Parts: sequence; C-alpha cells; structure tokens
Amino acid sequence: MSVIPAALASATGLGGVGALAGIGLPDRLRVPAVGVVTAGVGVTGGAAGVAALGGSRWAADYAGLVPLAGAHLAVDALAGLFMAVAGAVVTAVAVYGIGYAAGLGGHGLGSRTAQAVLPLFALSLLLVPVAASVSTFLLLWELMALGSLPLVLPEHRERSAVRQAGVWYAVMTHLGLMLLLAGFALFAARAGGETFTALRTGAPGMSPTLRAVVFVLVASAFLSKAGAVPLHAWLPRAYPEAPGPVSALMSATMVNLGIYGLVRTGLDLLDGGPAWWWLGLLAVGGCSAVYGVLQAAMASDLKRLVAYSSSENMGLVLIGVGASGLFASHGDRPLAALALAAALLHVVNHAAFKALLFCAAGSVQRSTGLRDLDRLGGLRSRMPLTAAFFALAALGAVALPPGNGFISEWLLLQSLIHGLAVHGIAVAVVLPLSVALIALSAGIAAAVFVKALGVGFFARPRDARAASAREAPAPMLAGMALLAAGLMALAVVPGLLGGGLDRAVGAVGLPGSGALTGGGLKVRLADISAQLSPLWVVAALTVAILLAVALPRLYGRRRRRVNARLWDCGGGAPTPRMAYTATSFAEPLQRVFDDVLAPEQDVDVTPVRESAYLVERVRFQHRVPDRIEHRLYEPVLRGLARAGRAARRLAGGSVHLYLGYGFAGLVVLLSALAVGW
Amino acid sequence: MNAIGYVAVAGQVMAVVIGAPLLTGWMRQVRARLEGRAGPGPLQPWRDVRKLLRKEPITPVGTGPAFRAAPALLVATTVVAAALVPLLSTDTPVSAHADLIVVVALIALGTLALALAGLDTGTAFGGMGASREMTVASLVEPTLLLSVFALSIPAGTTNIPAIVSSAAHAPARLASPAGLLAIAALAVAILAETGRIPVDNPSTHLELTMIHEAMVLEYAGPDLALVELGAQMRLTLLLGLLSSLFAPWGIATSASWAALAVALALLAAKVLLLGAVLAAAEVFWAKVRLFRVPELLAGSFLLALLAVTASYFLNGAA
Repeated sequence: MSVIPAALASATGLGGVGALAGIGLPDRLRVPAVGVVTAGVGVTGGAAGVAALGGSRWAADYAGLVPLAGAHLAVDALAGLFMAVAGAVVTAVAVYGIGYAAGLGGHGLGSRTAQAVLPLFALSLLLVPVAASVSTFLLLWELMALGSLPLVLPEHRERSAVRQAGVWYAVMTHLGLMLLLAGFALFAARAGGETFTALRTGAPGMSPTLRAVVFVLVASAFLSKAGAVPLHAWLPRAYPEAPGPVSALMSATMVNLGIYGLVRTGLDLLDGGPAWWWLGLLAVGGCSAVYGVLQAAMASDLKRLVAYSSSENMGLVLIGVGASGLFASHGDRPLAALALAAALLHVVNHAAFKALLFCAAGSVQRSTGLRDLDRLGGLRSRMPLTAAFFALAALGAVALPPGNGFISEWLLLQSLIHGLAVHGIAVAVVLPLSVALIALSAGIAAAVFVKALGVGFFARPRDARAASAREAPAPMLAGMALLAAGLMALAVVPGLLGGGLDRAVGAVGLPGSGALTGGGLKVRLADISAQLSPLWVVAALTVAILLAVALPRLYGRRRRRVNARLWDCGGGAPTPRMAYTATSFAEPLQRVFDDVLAPEQDVDVTPVRESAYLVERVRFQHRVPDRIEHRLYEPVLRGLARAGRAARRLAGGSVHLYLGYGFAGLVVLLSALAVGW
Repeated sequence: MNAIGYVAVAGQVMAVVIGAPLLTGWMRQVRARLEGRAGPGPLQPWRDVRKLLRKEPITPVGTGPAFRAAPALLVATTVVAAALVPLLSTDTPVSAHADLIVVVALIALGTLALALAGLDTGTAFGGMGASREMTVASLVEPTLLLSVFALSIPAGTTNIPAIVSSAAHAPARLASPAGLLAIAALAVAILAETGRIPVDNPSTHLELTMIHEAMVLEYAGPDLALVELGAQMRLTLLLGLLSSLFAPWGIATSASWAALAVALALLAAKVLLLGAVLAAAEVFWAKVRLFRVPELLAGSFLLALLAVTASYFLNGAA
C-alpha cells in the first residue's frame, strides 16, 4: 500500500475542511484555523511528492469523478518533485500567512473569500502535477487559475492598481488556458485518446507539422504561466499587488507548474522534437533571463523587483530545459539528462529563495506600508530578523557561493560548457551565447540584490514609516525560518536531493545524471569531469573568515572600538536625503542599457508669470516602462479597442436588424453545409 | 606527498598574503621611477598595513553589521581563492575543489560584500562607489565566464589544475588563436575586476572619479588595513591566475620540494614581471570615463566570444 493515495486523499480532505473553515468561522478564529489546515494540506501533499521522489509510483482512474471523461491521476517522480516543492512552500507560507492576515481584522487577506479560497488554491497547486489526462489536467489548471485570482485581489479597496493587475492576470491566464485547450484538444484528437498514456503512445505516429503546432500552442501557454518574456506582462503587475503570502505562493510554486507542463509535454508526452523547438526555447529563456533581470535592476518597487527576478530565474530554467531538448535531439542523452537535472534543481532552488524573498518583502510592506525602495532603508536595526532572512534569500538569488542558486547555475553552466561535445553549427553558436547570457544575468542579479538589500534594508531610513517599522509577528517569522532552513539545507547539502532528482529526470526517459551525490556535485560524463562541494566551500570560507578576523587582532594592540561621525566633507552631518537611492543606484546600468530599456524622462519647467527666466516650479518625471509591454501589448490593445468601436456600428438598436443577422447567419451556415464543407 | 601538498597550499596563501603588499609596492616603485620620482620603496605598503593595524578600530555612526563584516569577508574570499588556484602546484589536497567558476564566483562575492558595505554607510559616496562597482562587475561577468568556457574546451573540464597541467603538456595550444584571444579578454576583465587604469584609478584623490575608493571611504584603522590588503591580494591572485593559465611553466605538477621551490621563485618572477608591465602601461594610459568603460568591456566580451568559437572550430570540430 503506497503512501501516496492516502496522503493525497488527506490533502484533498484538508483542503475542503479549510475552505469550509474559511467560510464558516468568525473573524478571530478564521485565520489561524485556515492557516493550520493549509499547512496540513502542504505537509500531506508534500509527503506524497517526497514518496514519489523516493521511487514509489501510483496511478488511478476515477470514472465517476468528472462527468464524461472521468478523472485520471498518476504520480511519478517528475510530478513528485513539483509536488514536494509546492508542499514545502505551501506549509511554510501557510504558517507565515497566519501572522500576515491575523492583524487585518477580517479585511484584505483575512476576509472570508480570501481565506476560503486559500486552502483550495494550495490544494490545486499540489494536484496539478497529479493529473494524468487532458481533461483532468485542464480542470485542475483552471481551478488553480481561478483560485489565485481572488487571492490577488484582496487589497483592491486600498489601491486601484490591484484591480488593474487582476484584470491583466485574469485575461492573460485565460488566454493561456485557451491556447492550452486548443493544443491539447488537437493533440488528443490526433493521438487517439486523452489520457497521458494514450498521448504518449499516439505521439510518435503524428505528422511533424502537427506535433510542432501542438508544441508551439502548449508551450506558449506554459511559458506565459512561467512568466517568460514576452508573455510575462501579468507577472510584474500581479505579484507586487497580491498580499505577501500569495505572491510567495504564486512565484515559488505556480510559475514552476509552467515548467512542469513544458517538460511533461515537450520531453515526455511528445518525447522530444526537432532542434528548432529547443533553440526557440533557449532564445526565449535567454531573453527572459536578461530582460527580466534588467527590469529588476530598474525597479524601485521592492516586490516588483523580486517579481521580475522570477522572470529571470525562469529564463535560466528554460535555458536548461531547452539545452536538454537540444542535446536529446542530437542524441546525447546523458548530457540532456544533466541539463534537465540542472533546470529542475534550479526550479527547487528558485522556489526556496523566491518564497523567502517575497515573505520578507511582504513583511516589510505589512510593517511599513511601503514597497518603494527609495523610501525604505535602515530596516536592519528595526526588523533584524526579516532583514537577515532577506539577506539569506538574496544570497541564494545572486548565484554566488555559498548560496543555493550558485549550485544549480554551476550545474547549468557545466552542462552548457560541455555541450560543445555535441556537433553542429547551431550548437556551437548558441551555447556560448547562452553561457554569456547566464553570466550577464548573474552579474546584473548581483547588482539587483545589492540594491534591494543595501538600499532597502541597510543605510538609514528615508521615510518616517520606515523609521518606525516593527519586526514581524512570530508566526511570520516562523514561516520564514522554515523557508530559511530549507534554503540552507539546499545550499550546503544538495546531495540529499540527488536520488530524487535523478528519478525525476528518469521519469521523462532520460538516464539519471548522478550529478548530485552525498555532500557534493560531480559531473562525470564520457570525457569531462568537474566537481563542486558546497560543504567544502562553506567550511573553507568559515575558516578563512575566522583567520581574517583573528589574526589582525593578535597583531594590533587591543583597543576598544570607538564610534565616530561619518565623513561629511565638512558640510555638517549627512542627512538620509543625501544617501544613494535605488533609482540612483541603478542609473549607471540604465545608461549602459539605454537602448534596451528606453527610459522616459520629462522635465516640466514653469516660469513665473512676470519673467521667463525666473522659475516657479520644476517637475521632473522619470520612469523606465516595460518596453515589451509598450511595444507589443499596447498596439494589440489599441487595435482591439478600435475593432470594438467599429463593431459597435453593427448594433444599431433595431430588432429587425438583429433578426436579419440571425437569418443571414443561418443561410450562410446552411449553404456551407449544402456545399458539403 | 601529502605533506608537500599541504605545504603547497599554505605556500600559495602565504605568497598571496605576504606578496600582495610587496607587489603593490613594486608596482608603485616602477611607476614612480618611470615618472621620474624616487618613490617610497617597495616596502611602503607593508609599513602602511602595519601602521593601520595598530590604530584603534573605528565604527562610523549609522553603519551596521554589513560594514563591519565586509573587510574580513573580502580577505577570506581571496584567501580561499588563493588556496584553490594552482599558483605553485597542481597536485594539492584541495585541487579537486579548484573549479574556475567557483574561483570567479568567490571573487565576485568579495566585490559584493564591499558594495554592500558601501551602501551600508548611507552616504552619497558609499552608494556611488557601490553602484559603479556593481555596474562594472556585472558587465565583467560575461567576459570572465566566456574566458572560462574557452579555456575549459581543450582541457574538457573547468578544474583549474587540470587546465593548467594540460596546457603545460601542450604548450603549442597557448599560442593558438583561441588561447591568445582568451588571454586578451581575461586580461581586460582582470583590469576591470581589480580596479586598475583604465577602468578605475587606485591612487585617485578626487571622490567623483572614484569607484573602489569611494566605497571604502569610511574605513579606518585595522578595517582599512584589511580592505587594502584584500584589494592588493586580489590583484596578486588574479595576476597569478593569469600567469598560471597562460604561462604554466614551472608550476609543480609532481610532489617534490625542489619543484615547489622552483615554482615559488618562478611565480614571484612572473607576477613581478606582469606587475611591472601593468605599472608601466598605467604611466601611459589615462583612466577612461565611467560611461566609456562598458565599451571596453564589450570589446573584451567580443574577444572572449571569438575565443570560444575559435576554440570550437579549430580544435573541437577537427
């Protein structure tokens, strides 16, 4: 008897109980009860995932559960990996959410709707990878999308931007669903069945064109969910406007499911494809990585910055998935396995640090009401634990040792560097460029998080609200501590994940890479080798730091530290207004990437009435718009609006006219049938 | 064998720690002579460090833990990198961990710590220095990693001792187009990473033109000693890395005391020569404007990309 069905059943049960508790309980009890039950959903669902990673599999069909099609469920190691990640994040964030929503007195995230939906959304995040047929998958996918929408909106009374974000999110996620529906419907119709097993057996018999159409449709939908450029427009709107725990859940688990879908369809169901699919994916990944991190570098809104960093990291994951498909299409399966392992490991690492980043940012917002880095500052003394958690997560995000992000990026770089063993001009051109893009995004990411940490948490407060910040309540700290513990485990002993990762890669039919073993990482392929031992790096750095602190003390005369004023050029004590802000910090980078970012600047000088030389007021406005949104989305939206206005003329208000339309439509339909089309 | 290996690691670390101020003193002396000055002698940086270490530690009001921790972290990352890079021997107990990407990342970690310390002071200069330093560092990263890529193709690994010993066995490879392009790219990246002319002027006294010096303006006493020592160690280490990668002769590939002694002497000679060349070049070059630096780095990036493609088409495909 496998543990998986029992765990899944209890997760589902708890999800239902949580929803009922959210509706039924009074304000004071609602938040803790829902939080505990949601954490239970996370624990049980995560346990099912861990069991699957451990090697157990489970599949079941419930014919009566979904009308007509029936529900088909299956859990393998790939699904298990995403479930385990989602379970861990849901658990920690649910604990965090108790503290976040507790003080809100039944408003915002503490409201009846939000609290009733939260456990269901958490459940859907865990169940999407379990689906094993098109209809079940789409049903759960849509449940996830619908569940997240009310959770983005709780603060809509406070800010109108929330409503806008909600509309963008709802529209884009449903456009994605339509693409998914079209792609999967086509796939199922031609493969001769809608269960994943039928798709797997039917896929090789399909024509290459059809397979390509299915891949492009489905991949676009999944890429949009993963926040890849240029389908990312919803992401930097929805994440910042959603309450802290919700942004953590969405960014650390929901975007992953886009990657899950892509790997499941591209590498498993369709069983790979021609090189151009994967080259396209590499291009999208590279663009997302660099564009995402550049926008993050320009953002002065803390949560927007973290949101764009999701785009960047998903770009890196896509590079890994694309490289894996590319290597597989050239027949180098061990290398493909290595690249996929790197991508999946980065999914896990990203989930860990991104959840913690959003939790810490949410805690800052809750305490100060501010997200604007230009107004924050000095939080390290007012909120020391939150600042420490943010710093820890930032270390993971900048991909430097001893952070966890470094491990997966190292593995990704290894797979790309050794990819040159695969022959082909395209490979020889694309791989160095990918390495350069990864390096550039890693370099800029370092600047991004130095900015976020240095301007937001260090220095001195630039606003009264930041100066009077209070540390987050205990449940929030506990939730963040859980995430931090996971983060450190991933950073120091990633080998614990080794077997599971190999099984997950094996689930799509690639050989296990054996990259993660025991205390470290070893890459051993035909003629290449490399190894990285995070534990060793941590130990060596610790010893070196102790030496660097101790030796000068032995040498110098021991004196007490004295305080002194900051150097002020003789001009009096520097005020917080003189400190560098996030905008000024990013200015050199903005100049360097001027052509890509196209910043907008407005200087509006109003002279006094009597003389044009005496200035009464100068208004300076500067913003860095999302250029892709500007160039790609706005023309489409304008076109749609124009078409709508033009179509309004068709509706003249006369009933005769409408009856005439009906008649004409019927005639066209009948004549089409008569012609035999 | 084991004892020699440990001695080699200790020797590498000590050579970088003790040699760093000497190298800086040597370079300043070369520069002074070329400019027609007498110069303070190559021991001056050591005297400065000693003097600073004996002063009382000072904490500027309003700074926090990041400011306090950065100097030690800067030195520590460089020490770990010095232990990893095969300056003296390719056969050490830590050579299995000596991955080129790890070394590049450790050096970036030191940069990042210092940039955070600059922001932590909350002054305009600290922030300005940090912002500029991170801009330069982020643009250097692609060049560094592409050079790593180019270097690792012939050896089939990113492990530095393996790269060095494979290059020592096939010296012709170093003179190949790929090798020369990679060395040029890496040299520019190292100039930028260590804050030398034409990217940054280490001896500037004008705050507005500073990058590195603006970040560390608030340090004094023993903290300043560590920051300066750290910066000097990075220069020594990176010049040593450059010489190990592109002139690997003399580095001990076997465990013997004689080989180690020869390696130490040759390392000193190579690094001093590189330092003299750099100092001489700095006499004739001027620092470029901050916003011209990206052009320089883009050029070095192009060289690195060419190195990779050349390496692929000339070696890999053949």
